[in-house]
Amino acid sequence: MTALPAKEQFDVIVVGAGPAGSAAALLSARAGLKVLLLERGEYPGAKNVSGAVFYGSAILNQLIPNWWEQAPVERYICRRDIAFMSPTTAVALDFRCAGSGYATAPYNGFSVLRPKFDRWLAAQAEAAGAFLLTSAVVDDVLWDDGRVVGVRVRREQGEIYGKVVIACDGVNSFLAKKAGLQREFHAHELSLGVKEVIGLDPAIIQDRFHLTGNEGIAFEYLGAITEDVHGGAFLYTNRDSLSLGVIGQVSSLVERRKRPYELLERFKAHPAVAPLVRGGKLREYSAHLIPESGWAMQPKLYTDGLLVAGDAAGFCLAAGLYLEGMNYAIQSGLAAAETAIAACRRGNFSARSLAVYRKHLKQRHVSTDFRAYRHAPSFVNGPRLQNLYPEMIARSMEQIFRVDGAPKRKILPLAYRMVRQSEIRPGQLLRDAYQVARAYLW
Amino acid sequence: MVMTTHEEKMRTVRFRVAATPHIVVNSEICRNECSVHACVYVCPANLFVPLDDGGILFNYEQCFECGTCYIACNQENAIRWSYPDGGYGVTFRES
Repeated sequence: MTALPAKEQFDVIVVGAGPAGSAAALLSARAGLKVLLLERGEYPGAKNVSGAVFYGSAILNQLIPNWWEQAPVERYICRRDIAFMSPTTAVALDFRCAGSGYATAPYNGFSVLRPKFDRWLAAQAEAAGAFLLTSAVVDDVLWDDGRVVGVRVRREQGEIYGKVVIACDGVNSFLAKKAGLQREFHAHELSLGVKEVIGLDPAIIQDRFHLTGNEGIAFEYLGAITEDVHGGAFLYTNRDSLSLGVIGQVSSLVERRKRPYELLERFKAHPAVAPLVRGGKLREYSAHLIPESGWAMQPKLYTDGLLVAGDAAGFCLAAGLYLEGMNYAIQSGLAAAETAIAACRRGNFSARSLAVYRKHLKQRHVSTDFRAYRHAPSFVNGPRLQNLYPEMIARSMEQIFRVDGAPKRKILPLAYRMVRQSEIRPGQLLRDAYQVARAYLW
Repeated sequence: MVMTTHEEKMRTVRFRVAATPHIVVNSEICRNECSVHACVYVCPANLFVPLDDGGILFNYEQCFECGTCYIACNQENAIRWSYPDGGYGVTFRES
């Protein structure tokens, strides 16, 4: 454990060395500021979990040209599937892009393993001049005359002073709450992801998923896969392993009294998934909360002496087609750094001075994306869109393709019967169609 | 093996156990005011054990520090939640 620099004042104190924190520290340090990056884990990434596909390659490329040549990436994504599941069948929307710009520099997305990737990104911040201190839990912010002037690390003489504190302390952000910027969350606003990394020979991965070299896939699943829990599942390829998991809304796990790891077993046993994972060996099990409600759960983003970024600010876009967090984490971390740099230049760290954070978030398309998709999460992450309709699509295909000597039905009467058999009323169906359109089309 | 029991899953995770628990459950509240005991189901590490007297026993040693129990608990102050001391707790290597 490294000793804290005694009685030193930093320009910027960043709490949490995930993608948001490391990006904030890196940019601030490059601007010549004196930066402290605090991480509670034994190393950056030790506490971090996501799918994980990183869709921010082009963003990071502006910061570190050809970053993927030196970073611990797994595979670049050249195929994305969204599958609708009944208990025994699946219908997939299959997007293949191995021959497109997705598969050439700077690439569209990479599968990564967070403990490795996050550790590398934090090392880039260190190389830029930031001081990284690991094994350091921050319990509170320090106040002076109504403004944040530093943080309290849980250790002897753990008071550290800084001109600006950037809270990137993740989904459970204690700092945003202590600073009075965030409220307590409701169980319907968060989802729990449980995940496994399953070791598999690279040659088998290539054969099984029709991949060449370092190509990779990202599959996502909706429908009966989570039984009646609102959520979905995912499966991604790494170099010599698969990352797969199940995501379930906390309130719905509670209501249905479902154990998340039992849903995970059920997912792996589904006839459309079992052949993909066959022969693999479990390497690591993990779990993490996801701030899925986007716009609705974002805190006040700044106060005197403090900015909030990444998951701590709810910058996670979980809206059906999109499952993105790391890219917004980095963008918001950079926006926070730009704000801090400007504040240091002015020598003014008041809330009024930090309000320019909003402008930077807009310029980096963070707040604009979340605003554009503000209607999506509350509706998409619900029972009909995540469970009922996907399952109905899969069941319809079962009937459309079935040849059993019975007369063929045309699609409309078949769909009509499907709706009649479900609990959905036609009016509801129309309202849902309008909601989907409002969430995605305009 | 691809299909695994919960015990087999937990054996793949590395924990550096702190001397004191970072989560404290007030079993009194679980016993007298809560009939749901959501924590027992939702915890991905299965650390909440229902007791015969209606209370809840919590084992902090293999906690993922995810926060789900705190979010799921419908009783005020039944779960006191913070992070373990720096460097302690779960240490992911691959996820």
